[in-house]
Amino acid sequence: MNVLMYLVPMALLLGLTGLIAFLWSLKSGQYDDLDGAAVRILPDDDIEG
Amino acid sequence: MAETVDLSMFVEPGAAGASHMTLAVDGVACAGCIRKIESGLTKLPGVIDARLNFTQRRLAVDWRNDEIDAPRIIEAIEAIGYHAHPFAPERVEADDTAQASWLLKCLAVAGFAAMNVMLLSVSIWAGNVSDMTPETRDLFHWLSALIALPAAAYAGQPFFRSALRALRARQLNMDVPISLGVTLALGLSLFETATHATHAYFDSAIMLLFFLLCGRYLDLTMRRKTRLFAGNLASLKAEFAHRLEPSGELVQIPAAALHPGDRVLVRPGERIPADGTIINGTSDIDESLVTGETLHRAVRSGMTIYAGSINMSGALTMRVTASGAGTLVDEVERLLDKAVEAKSQTVRLADRVARLYAPVVHATAALTAIGWLVAGASLHDSIVIAIAVLIITCPCAIALAIPAVQVVAAGSLFRSGVILNGGDAIERLAEADTIVFDKTGTLTLPEPRVDGNAGIDPNVLERAARLALSSRHPLAAALARVAQDRSPYPGAVEEPGQGVRAIINGTEARLGNAEFCNVVGNHPIAARDGTASFITFTHNGSVATIPIRQTLRPDAVAVTKALRKRGLDLIMLSGDRTAAVAPVAEQLGIQNWRGGLTPAEKIAAIEQMQSQGRRVLMVGDGLNDAPALAAAYVSLSPITAAHLTQAHADALFLGELLKPVLQAVIISRKTRALMKQNLALAAIYNALAVPLAIAGVVTPLIAAVAMSGSSLLVTLNALRARSRAETRS
Repeated sequence: MNVLMYLVPMALLLGLTGLIAFLWSLKSGQYDDLDGAAVRILPDDDIEG
Repeated sequence: MAETVDLSMFVEPGAAGASHMTLAVDGVACAGCIRKIESGLTKLPGVIDARLNFTQRRLAVDWRNDEIDAPRIIEAIEAIGYHAHPFAPERVEADDTAQASWLLKCLAVAGFAAMNVMLLSVSIWAGNVSDMTPETRDLFHWLSALIALPAAAYAGQPFFRSALRALRARQLNMDVPISLGVTLALGLSLFETATHATHAYFDSAIMLLFFLLCGRYLDLTMRRKTRLFAGNLASLKAEFAHRLEPSGELVQIPAAALHPGDRVLVRPGERIPADGTIINGTSDIDESLVTGETLHRAVRSGMTIYAGSINMSGALTMRVTASGAGTLVDEVERLLDKAVEAKSQTVRLADRVARLYAPVVHATAALTAIGWLVAGASLHDSIVIAIAVLIITCPCAIALAIPAVQVVAAGSLFRSGVILNGGDAIERLAEADTIVFDKTGTLTLPEPRVDGNAGIDPNVLERAARLALSSRHPLAAALARVAQDRSPYPGAVEEPGQGVRAIINGTEARLGNAEFCNVVGNHPIAARDGTASFITFTHNGSVATIPIRQTLRPDAVAVTKALRKRGLDLIMLSGDRTAAVAPVAEQLGIQNWRGGLTPAEKIAAIEQMQSQGRRVLMVGDGLNDAPALAAAYVSLSPITAAHLTQAHADALFLGELLKPVLQAVIISRKTRALMKQNLALAAIYNALAVPLAIAGVVTPLIAAVAMSGSSLLVTLNALRARSRAETRS
């Protein structure tokens, strides 16, 4: 069971990293314009439209 | 005329001589538009950044003050081919945005905790049936506690706060049993963990919070979406006023920035931007949006005029006044205060269920504990079982049952052109049994139309209509609608307050008032008809007098018939003259109608109906309808309604048709049926789960499965609100 001593903290740390990443993405405004993100990838930057 | 535009109201000062402004942009439909606007603006000297939010159709611009200013930026957007309107977000919207991001944070924390606790719980469940040592189980329980307790303390705040508020007001809402369930589940689990027991309920408590937060967040998202849309519409409609500075200079400013005492010039064809008294000029004004009266009122110096009326003929200079005692606006506001106060807080379905539910649940738990004690169980076991009852009855499904349906229904309503101001409007719409209609602007179109039966030669009408395209006068705008050829005549000149002239096929044509067209004498039709306005057209010696009047919404007859078929009693209460109301009532087959009503009489009529036990849906648009809308059980306004009126309506409808009113009734009735169905599903779930809990055989695994299962079931059932409502309509 010694394996738990480092696997459990690792699992928690990974989970916490995910949470912090989400909170950061929320704060940096990545969810403010969901529809815009979908259409913004369409135009090609190198072709004058 | 070069006129300065003052947009300082919308501009936020930034750091080091920079400024920021938000604009609502009309007509953005694709990726190309985003690119065109953003790159077009950033190319301008002085613009630091331009970012278009496609979801909100709003553009945020930052610029340096010494190189460019707000009006020039708007001009630049116009030049690119889009209409942009400066935008001042309302307080409610800012609050909602803050609330949404808070809920999302709580949701994220609860989601993270639920995943990690479940990871540990599944290990425990598997370990309990295999070879896990009690020490490892204890370690896992403590780890779960370590995650669940802080997470619940953070993510549970929306529920704890609301429950505390309700308890302080000596009331019960759904959040009381939720908070109690979560707190007890955590407390019990902690106790069980400390005493090395087999079961702990950390996973149930945190999952419950996660599901409930999903429901809350969905509910708020729905409200935000409709508010956002309404906010954009309001800024597209925002009025500008021409303020006369003491120096005699004319400055264009947003109507919302006017202060009492300001002098304002109102040109013919413009809307009066604020309440005030006329200090110079005479004119006729159309007050249909204010009083419902379709006959124009002649005004002169010293008379009071109201925001929302349209100046029809002469230029007016007015002084803005705060609503003084004895004016119509003052009267409306006084009545409004009374109506809002008197409107008994209607209890939402969810809260009604909560009032019934909470005592029953708590009594059941208490009885369970007593029952087990009497049956000879230990105090510890009895309390553990009683708490298991509280956890399993925690109204997860019930708390999701209603918001989930509301969100889906609000989407359906939105696609049918109905924007909800509040979530509980759906329930009240479904319960309405009487519809009270205002006439002007509600049953009739908000703008007047050319009378099709006037017998005017179609060729002449077409020429007049095409010429009308070059004028901004409201009557001309009505005439311009019938033009087949939508290109204005080249070289057409508008004489403000007079009319337009242009050379058509080599000869001059004129459209405007009789003097402008050199026509003297009475209008042939005017003599026998006081309900129309007239616009004169002369060309090549032929003279046409075109009547323009209020007409019914094109589907009014069909919609009123369909509403009656659904068992609704239709009544018309109008502020317009009886002579103008009677023909409309006859045409629509409304037997119960009254004309010439004051705002107070409208309220009295509605209150009388409500005292007879009727539930009144009021549909109206005028300023004079605002108190009646607030007094009615539920209310609808067209989007063209006066500002104050819109603010007091439960929902707004878009477009020229009356059909959204019918749709609102149909969809909300379906929705209510689904809500009840969902509550029944949740009740069945409780009926199955509670005996298990009372019997003391509920393990955390059973609790977790039952809870997720019931939440999923009600959410899936809610999705039917969409397909059902839309396929049947």
